Amino acid sequence: MGRYAARRLLQMIPIFIGTTLLIFLMVHILPGDPVRAIYGDKAPDPAQIAQIKREYGFDKPVLEQYFHYMLNLLKGDFGNNLAGRPVVDLMADAFPVTLRLTLLAITIEIIIGVGLGAWAGLRAGKAADTGVLVFTLTVISIPVFVLGFIARFIFADELGWLPPNVQDSTSYSQLFLPAFVLAMLSMAYVARLTRTTFAENLRADYMRTALAKGLPRRRVIGVHLLRNSLIPVVTFVGTDVGGFIGGAVITEGIFNIQGVGNLLYRAIQTSEGSTVTGVVTVLVLVILLINLLIDLLYAVLDPRIRYA
Amino acid sequence: MTTIDKTRNVPEPRGAAEGDVPLLEVRDLHVEFHTRDGVAKAVNGVNYTVNSGETLAVLGESGSGKSVTAQAIMGILDMPPGRIPQGQILYRGEDMLTMSGDARRKIRGRKIAMIFQDALSALNPVLSVGYQLGEMFRVHQGLSKKDAKAKAIELMDRVKIPAAKERVGDYPHQFSGGMRQRIMIAMALALEPDLIIADEPTTALDVTVQAQVMDLLAELQREYNMGLILITHDLGVVADVADKIAVMYAGRIVETAPVHELYKRPAHPYTKGLLESIPRLDQKGQDLYAIKGLPPNLTRIPSGCAFNPRCPQAQDICRTDVPPLHPVTERDGGELPGRGSACHFWKETIHG
Repeated sequence: MGRYAARRLLQMIPIFIGTTLLIFLMVHILPGDPVRAIYGDKAPDPAQIAQIKREYGFDKPVLEQYFHYMLNLLKGDFGNNLAGRPVVDLMADAFPVTLRLTLLAITIEIIIGVGLGAWAGLRAGKAADTGVLVFTLTVISIPVFVLGFIARFIFADELGWLPPNVQDSTSYSQLFLPAFVLAMLSMAYVARLTRTTFAENLRADYMRTALAKGLPRRRVIGVHLLRNSLIPVVTFVGTDVGGFIGGAVITEGIFNIQGVGNLLYRAIQTSEGSTVTGVVTVLVLVILLINLLIDLLYAVLDPRIRYA
Repeated sequence: MTTIDKTRNVPEPRGAAEGDVPLLEVRDLHVEFHTRDGVAKAVNGVNYTVNSGETLAVLGESGSGKSVTAQAIMGILDMPPGRIPQGQILYRGEDMLTMSGDARRKIRGRKIAMIFQDALSALNPVLSVGYQLGEMFRVHQGLSKKDAKAKAIELMDRVKIPAAKERVGDYPHQFSGGMRQRIMIAMALALEPDLIIADEPTTALDVTVQAQVMDLLAELQREYNMGLILITHDLGVVADVADKIAVMYAGRIVETAPVHELYKRPAHPYTKGLLESIPRLDQKGQDLYAIKGLPPNLTRIPSGCAFNPRCPQAQDICRTDVPPLHPVTERDGGELPGRGSACHFWKETIHG
């Protein structure tokens, strides 16, 4: 397992270089001149613009810029945004917020998704199963932003249970509604997946053995069925974490949460290349690490998989 | 087989001490499955008894109802679609079909245990064998995890798995087929049940291992004086270990007999066909005999004797009247204990 992990970590280096280069180039060809944008409607002095460009190294060839960027990155320096604030500081403010939101969303996804799926899977073909099917299909077919606005309208504007905008991003109760909206889509998929594996494994031979051993029902289901059924669900949840961060751009926008999604959105709008590259670089790292973690967890859950 | 083995170190008295109540008695058992294509009648009035220390072999093709009967006894039938419209399953004189679910569960595994055919799929792939064996003690006897593990190692030693102590944490896929089947046997044996139902325990194994596993099963059965129901379609396996045989066809018992008599003088054309279809060395080169036709569709069992479309001796009466299980006697009317044949022409079959 240790060697496997080491190999996977080494494999991450070229993936990391590739993705950051890609994002660096994409930011470079974005329309609009970021330096010009600072001045808004005012007509700037061309000499001043040239001066700023030199300062930031924008006058050099793009590959050279990338090289310098990566060199600084190794020293932990993500550069400054155009207002002069270190990108590291911006991220230090935004990442904890999104981390909280994502953790809350994953918790909701797992508890409700697996719960609903198990409930339906144990009653395959009955009314409860059909009910869950209809519910999950509805959720899957509605875009996240529609769901977000509906949820905000009902729970914040009409019922007044929660503030429409998240004021305190450290408060889990305020983050609950956005996290729920963020989790909805994946939750529906988790429910469908759990339902299927439950219904399928319910007929497995080892379930008959567990019954024949005279085990109580809650043990047959809670140990023998659940352990086997969770394997594909864990894989799905793992690969889905990246999706959450993408989804956070929309959800954070709707509920005005000052997280990574919002930071990224604003940076793209103002062509803040250094911020976009910095945020995406960290996201790439996070997703790579989570995927490695999931792969290792997979071996723990399913002993038939052993990494050499 | 009503003697008690005096060397047995089990404190609890077993069936034989309770007079003439058999350990297990199946009475007129019917099982049907409600499917979209109609009602499949899998078991249609099965009767048999098993006593302590006795081995009953239930023989039959796939779909003859032998496994379904076993699952009904264990209480692990899927209900629905399964249904038991009629019949009794008496364990020490008590009908298990009318017991509460919890009372039934306490018999399962503790008093009546089952060995399944394919140990690889019958063992849980993600739990270590030690855990799965220990579970029996933890659930039924409330032992701690540590004690249960010690017991699991003891059990693995019992069924002669080498290096039990090192292998207790291994998973089913890390064992060979024969070893896995030994683990299944160990699991069934864990709480020293009164009765073990073995559903084709050697079908998935190769021939050399088959013999080892059957020997082990027979040895343990003798030692614990257990009743054993051996479900199989392998006539070779049966001859060595069984005391009596019940041959099933289309959900009914068509012939019962003490084991060696059945081989010598079958009293039912179906049994006869089965015996003749065993490949024999002295008939090398000749065509192998096969019973023509296929087993009947259980949703449309033929009227009269279910075997009549395939039977070489079938007459008109076979297509109209269901033959009861006739007691089989000698030509002169001398009694043949334990023998019965559900054939209108049993006399011709055995004596003719």
